[in-house]
Amino acid sequence: MSDYYEKEDLADFANIGEYAPDLGKKYFDYYGEAMKAGALSEREKALIALAVATTQTCPYCIDAYTNQCLSLGVSREEMMEAVHVGAAMVAGVVLAHSTQMRKIIKKKEM
Amino acid sequence: MTDLPVEPSFEQKLSGPLKAEGVEILQVNVGYRCNLECKHCHVEAGPRRPEMMPRAIMEQCLKVLKAHPIPTIDLTGGSPEMHPHFSWFLRQCGALNRRLLVRTNGVILLEKEFESFIDLYAGNRAEVVVSLPHTDAEMTNRQRGEGIFPRVVEAIRKLNARGYGQAGTGLVLNLVHNPPGAYLPGSQAGLENHYRGVLRKKYSIDFTHLFCLTNMPMGRFLDYLGKTDNYEDYMATLVNAFNPAALRSVMCKTTLSVAWDGRLYDCDFNQMLGLPTDHGAPDHIADFELEKLADRRIVVGNHCYACTAGAGSSCQGEVAGPAVAI
Repeated sequence: MSDYYEKEDLADFANIGEYAPDLGKKYFDYYGEAMKAGALSEREKALIALAVATTQTCPYCIDAYTNQCLSLGVSREEMMEAVHVGAAMVAGVVLAHSTQMRKIIKKKEM
Repeated sequence: MTDLPVEPSFEQKLSGPLKAEGVEILQVNVGYRCNLECKHCHVEAGPRRPEMMPRAIMEQCLKVLKAHPIPTIDLTGGSPEMHPHFSWFLRQCGALNRRLLVRTNGVILLEKEFESFIDLYAGNRAEVVVSLPHTDAEMTNRQRGEGIFPRVVEAIRKLNARGYGQAGTGLVLNLVHNPPGAYLPGSQAGLENHYRGVLRKKYSIDFTHLFCLTNMPMGRFLDYLGKTDNYEDYMATLVNAFNPAALRSVMCKTTLSVAWDGRLYDCDFNQMLGLPTDHGAPDHIADFELEKLADRRIVVGNHCYACTAGAGSSCQGEVAGPAVAI
């Protein structure tokens, strides 16, 4: 192993059922159902997945869902807006937690 | 021809020889001349290509079609309209009362010299197939040439006005999506919905169905993959996306491709690679024998991975169900 993250390992995702095939199958069945077109289109789901992938900083998922968005005809502008939604959410989550900090400050300071 | 370097090879991936299951589509390539030079074109067609099907070969194709109940005739090029005998050939094919398809680049139908083809197609109930790689003008222009997108839109508008792609007319207008880059096409149903929505809303144009085609790693697209350092990644994507369900329905099982010089091929891609029918099957339209061609062994190479990736790819789009992204 030359690196913790190797590009080729994305292809190994298909093998995550190794050592636990029943759970692996259940996961892939669920994954397939969750990702297929429903009340939301495949494009909308791919953009949600891309936003999650970037906020979770998962290189495999970013690779997979950038390609999936391209494949579904999603524009660069749409993808970048989705990333900004993720970024704004993460920033909001961080800032919302400042409530705890501010509460502690107010309690502790004389 | 040297095959593309890929591990495992397509031949190794097969459990045995790939065999044809009849001849349901006779695809006739009337020549490689075209008024455009699209970057994804596996034919590498262009204005300077001299290859043109002689009328005698066209007559041999008609003789075969008259003698055998092949249900679909698929006419392609180049831009078939640029062939001097094409309008005659199309009428002859139309008179056979088979399903008739014509693959046109669309923009040629805007030129004075060629605009009458729209009526000719409609009069012969030909299904028209037009390449539109993307709903975004810039993306389409990058692949097909500067300024092409609005001209294709205009051509579709003219076809719509003649009844093509309109409910109740029976005139079929199918569009073709090729990814404008080194990635696979997404699900045909999803892209068709997207195309329909954008084209109706922004341009007030309509079509019947969208065919999604995977770019073949050959010709200009192969050059692009090499120049942009995308070759290995693209081939790995094709190999990893190998779908046995797509293999079961690959178009070569039911298609026979005729080149401008009458040579026979298992598909238009093999034609461009110079890989004629083999393994004892006739290899020229003059020697056509349905019995020998119907269950012929198909000539394969590593480029065949493009037809078996994901939901599969054929000249009429997907051949299997959608696959998940990761």
